[in-house]
Amino acid sequence: MSEIELWILLLLALTMLSAAVTVLLVKNHIAAVAAASVVSLGLALVFALLRAPDVAMTEAAVGVGLSSLILALALRRLGLWKLDGAKVDSNLLQHDVENRDG
Amino acid sequence: MANLTGLLFAGGLGFMLLSIASGLDFGAPPMLVGTEIQAHAPQQTGAANIVTSVVLGYRAIDTLGELSILFAAAVSAGLVLGRRHTTAGTQTKGGFILQNGGSLLFPLMMTIGFYIIFHGHLTPGGGFQGGVILAAAFFLPLLARPGAKLHHKSLSLIEGFAGASFVLIGLLAMLEGKAFLQPLMIQDTLGQLVSAGTLPLLYLAVGLKVGAELASLLSRLIQTEAPQ
Repeated sequence: MSEIELWILLLLALTMLSAAVTVLLVKNHIAAVAAASVVSLGLALVFALLRAPDVAMTEAAVGVGLSSLILALALRRLGLWKLDGAKVDSNLLQHDVENRDG
Repeated sequence: MANLTGLLFAGGLGFMLLSIASGLDFGAPPMLVGTEIQAHAPQQTGAANIVTSVVLGYRAIDTLGELSILFAAAVSAGLVLGRRHTTAGTQTKGGFILQNGGSLLFPLMMTIGFYIIFHGHLTPGGGFQGGVILAAAFFLPLLARPGAKLHHKSLSLIEGFAGASFVLIGLLAMLEGKAFLQPLMIQDTLGQLVSAGTLPLLYLAVGLKVGAELASLLSRLIQTEAPQ
C-alpha cells in the first residue's frame, strides 16, 4: 500500500470517527441518520481502498442508501421527523407559556 | 448504576477485541481455506469473480440462510411499521426537479441494477447489490409521486417465484447426483457472459428476490404516516 493511500485511509478514519461522534451528540434525529450514513460512506471507501470491491458495493448500496432510507422512513412513521431542532424547543416553550396563561 | 454497567461492558468488549487483535498478524490470514479456494475456484465453478464462486458455490447454503434472514427482517419490519394509519393525511407531490429526475433516473437505475446482477460472476457485484439498486429505482418515482401505488401482488409473486427457483436449482443439482446447491458446471470459456453454469441463474433469483422484497417494504413504509 502506497503512502498516499495510507494518508487517505487516515483521513477517512478521522471523518468516520467524527461522524460517529456527531451521531451521538446531535439533537436532530434526521441529522443523526445523515451522519450515520456518512460513517457507512467512509467505510465503503475504506473497503474499496483495501481491494474489496464486492464488499464496498454492498456497503455503499445497503449501508449508505437503504439503511438510512429505512431509518428516515421509520422516523417519519414514529412522528420524529422534524427538520428544525430549534423550532421544536420554541414550540415547547410556547406550550409552557400557554399553560401558564390558562 | 446503568452507566457503570455500560462502562464495564464497553471496557470488557474493548479488552476482548484488543486481545484478539493483538494476537493476529495484519494481512496474514491464519486459515488456509482462502489460498485453496483461490487456486481451485475458477476450474471448479467457472466463475471469474472468486467472491461469487464462494458466495454461490462453496457457501451457497449460507446464502440461502441469508435470504431467509432478509425475508424475515423485511416481513417483521413491514408488520411493525408498515400499517397505514387511518388518520394519515395525503402527502404533497414532489417538486418539478424531483418528479422529472425520478422519471429520468428510473431506466438508468434499472439498467445498472440488472447489469450488476448479470455480471455478478464476472465483475464485483451480484444479486444483493443489484437487487438493492433495483429497489431504489422503484422507490425513486414513489418518492416523487406519493399517491402512486406499487402492485404489491405482483411484487410478492416475483419474490416467491425467485426464492422458489433458488431452492429448485439447488434440488436440480441433487437430481444430477450432486450435493444440494452444488454448482452445475457447464464446460465453457472463463470470463464469458454465459458461463459458470447455474451461478448466474442463482444470482438472478437472489437479485429479483432482494429487489422485490425491499421495494415492497419501502413502499409500505412510505405509505404510512405518523399519527397526528
